[in-house]
Amino acid sequence: MLSVTWLLIAVPLASFLVLMLAGRRADAWGHWLGVAASSVVALIGIGAFFQMLGRDAESRSESVRLFTWISGGDLQVDAGLLVDQLSLTFVLLVTIVGALIHVYSVAYMENDPRRRMFFAYLNLFIAAMLLLVLADSYLLLFVGWEGVGLASYLLIGFWNHKPENATAANKAFVVNRTGDFGLIVAMAIMFTQFGSVSFADVLGGADGASTAVLTAIGLTLLLAATGKSAQFPLQSWLGDAMAGPTPVSALIHAATMVTAGVYLVVRSGAIYEATDDARLVVAIVGAITLILGAIIGSAKDDIKKVLAASTMSQIGYMMLAAGLGPIGYIFAIFHLVTNGFFKAGMFLGAGSVMHAMKDQVDMRRFGALRTAMVTTWITFGLGWLAILGVPPLSGFWSKDKIIELAFVGEGWQPWVFGLTALIGAGITAFYMSRLFFMTFHGKARWTDEQHPHESPLLMTVPMMVLAVGSAFLGLFLAAGNRFQNWLEPVTGTSGELEPVLAVPVLITLTLALVAAGVALAYWMYWRNDVPTEAPPPSLAVLAARNDMFQDSVNRAVFQIPGTHLTRTLVYADAALVDGAVNKQATGIAAFGEASRRFQSGKVRSYALLMLLGFLVLASIIVVGG
Amino acid sequence: MSPVNFVYLAAVLFAIGAATVLLRRNAIMAFMGVELMLNAANLTLVAFSRMVGGIEGQIMAFFVMVVAAAEVVVGLAIIIAVSRARQSISLDEPSELKG
Repeated sequence: MLSVTWLLIAVPLASFLVLMLAGRRADAWGHWLGVAASSVVALIGIGAFFQMLGRDAESRSESVRLFTWISGGDLQVDAGLLVDQLSLTFVLLVTIVGALIHVYSVAYMENDPRRRMFFAYLNLFIAAMLLLVLADSYLLLFVGWEGVGLASYLLIGFWNHKPENATAANKAFVVNRTGDFGLIVAMAIMFTQFGSVSFADVLGGADGASTAVLTAIGLTLLLAATGKSAQFPLQSWLGDAMAGPTPVSALIHAATMVTAGVYLVVRSGAIYEATDDARLVVAIVGAITLILGAIIGSAKDDIKKVLAASTMSQIGYMMLAAGLGPIGYIFAIFHLVTNGFFKAGMFLGAGSVMHAMKDQVDMRRFGALRTAMVTTWITFGLGWLAILGVPPLSGFWSKDKIIELAFVGEGWQPWVFGLTALIGAGITAFYMSRLFFMTFHGKARWTDEQHPHESPLLMTVPMMVLAVGSAFLGLFLAAGNRFQNWLEPVTGTSGELEPVLAVPVLITLTLALVAAGVALAYWMYWRNDVPTEAPPPSLAVLAARNDMFQDSVNRAVFQIPGTHLTRTLVYADAALVDGAVNKQATGIAAFGEASRRFQSGKVRSYALLMLLGFLVLASIIVVGG
Repeated sequence: MSPVNFVYLAAVLFAIGAATVLLRRNAIMAFMGVELMLNAANLTLVAFSRMVGGIEGQIMAFFVMVVAAAEVVVGLAIIIAVSRARQSISLDEPSELKG
């Protein structure tokens, strides 16, 4: 089974090509082909998983060399796949959640004339994402990295007849390219330092390299991760990316692609192990983003944007964990998996609500949907409880563990990171409860033409499966340290760690803060009526509604100076470089213009000139000689 | 008779030839001027050959005659072609070479 892992990439890619080339002929069956392709890769992934389970922990990691890809002088790159516990965890998450969302999309996109294209893009995404996680070198990973970026761009702008959707797609693309710059620079440093970009050579040789080089690689990789994972300071694209169809938001911008940055950091663990500075920056970025996302999520009225902010915040948790060392890697991935399930489930729930409410996304126009959409209410509710970290649901096992880990350490770090994570959990409870209560509880604030109804089974069944995952996956994986033992051979371990506060105290504190957040949301958005128009905001709320002015900051710090810089360069180019060349050309033209006068076309004047020239030469010879 | 007189004669012939080329509009006349200049040069070569006592100058004169014969063939052919195309052999009319 492991030897056919290339099928994981080939099958969805083939399906993508068929859907693109078949044209309108595929309109009738194209979506089922997409579902079939994603289901087949899910089955292959599950098969590979069980085959790997049958082996010893030491012999589970396996490289599959496909072909010589680039053979250029000192740079030899083979295209190969690395199948180990980490990549297989991602394969399972991507294929299973991906297959469920494919099924959901069949119904969700039913009335869209371009449904076939939608499934083609989704399959392209699955192929690229699996290439990203299965690649055995940074260069091949980069191919998948760009592939998911392309699929994300195509799907955000899927409804590009609206200019703002196209703009959102462009924004995501440009911000992601900024991050990609980091990955390219990182690969350049790796090549000069190690002469190779394969995981084996780079991570294996990390011990021998200087700390400064490793810090540089770590920081540039982090830049790439911040772009892809919407982390501070490259977080601004994720909110706008919600312009895409909701299944896309669930699959790409909640469960899988945006977590690729976390994957990159965890995969490069050997580098971050050797450089405390870069690791600290990872943790700081994670901490800033988790609190930033939580604050933004508290002020948004658009249900999808709240979930987007929540995704940012949860990935902030993962980044924070990834900055805490090997044990942190394990729980970053653990949280990534549980978040993949409950966040995808909630996005699908949001899609179901939008489906019922004629694509309304303003939560101020929802309310009391509990009675109209019982299945959505229950599945969404399980996701909500899971992200809150209510025991024994999934989030409790992953997120609370990250909060505990954040309190481990010496000096100021455990207090800063720990308290940030703790407060973040409280704010998370507030904004997620706000979303849940505004949508499903309180008074109905529907407009006249809205008649909410439950979604068809094709949509609710994937939601149910994901809800079951949100509920029990964490418990299942945490029981007997299953997940930890599974990943330890790849990430290593930190041994026993003692938080600066006792674990029971931390759990109590977390749950108390979560309860406080829920209670506040209950008071504000369930007991009291929610106005259908947003009340005039205070300064803090205004800032949060505007994504903490991140666009303005980007404009002031990067865009405007960048524009001025390019204008100056264009001017300098025109005046100096072009100027020198143009002046030369003008001079030559003037010389030509002057000599043109001698070319009169009169034979006799030519003869006269020749005679004069001869006389001049002759007189020079006579006088000088 | 001193060979230097031949050099004077050649100079006169050359001046007449050059004046013909420069002053006559008729292409045939100009052409004859060119021939005159060539033969003046030949005469100079032969005269100097006698003065120096070698035969290189005379050999050179033969070469010039051969080249001149070839040049006459080509030149007359061009003039005939021009006269057919333009019904005129005036040197001042064609201006295709004007830059």
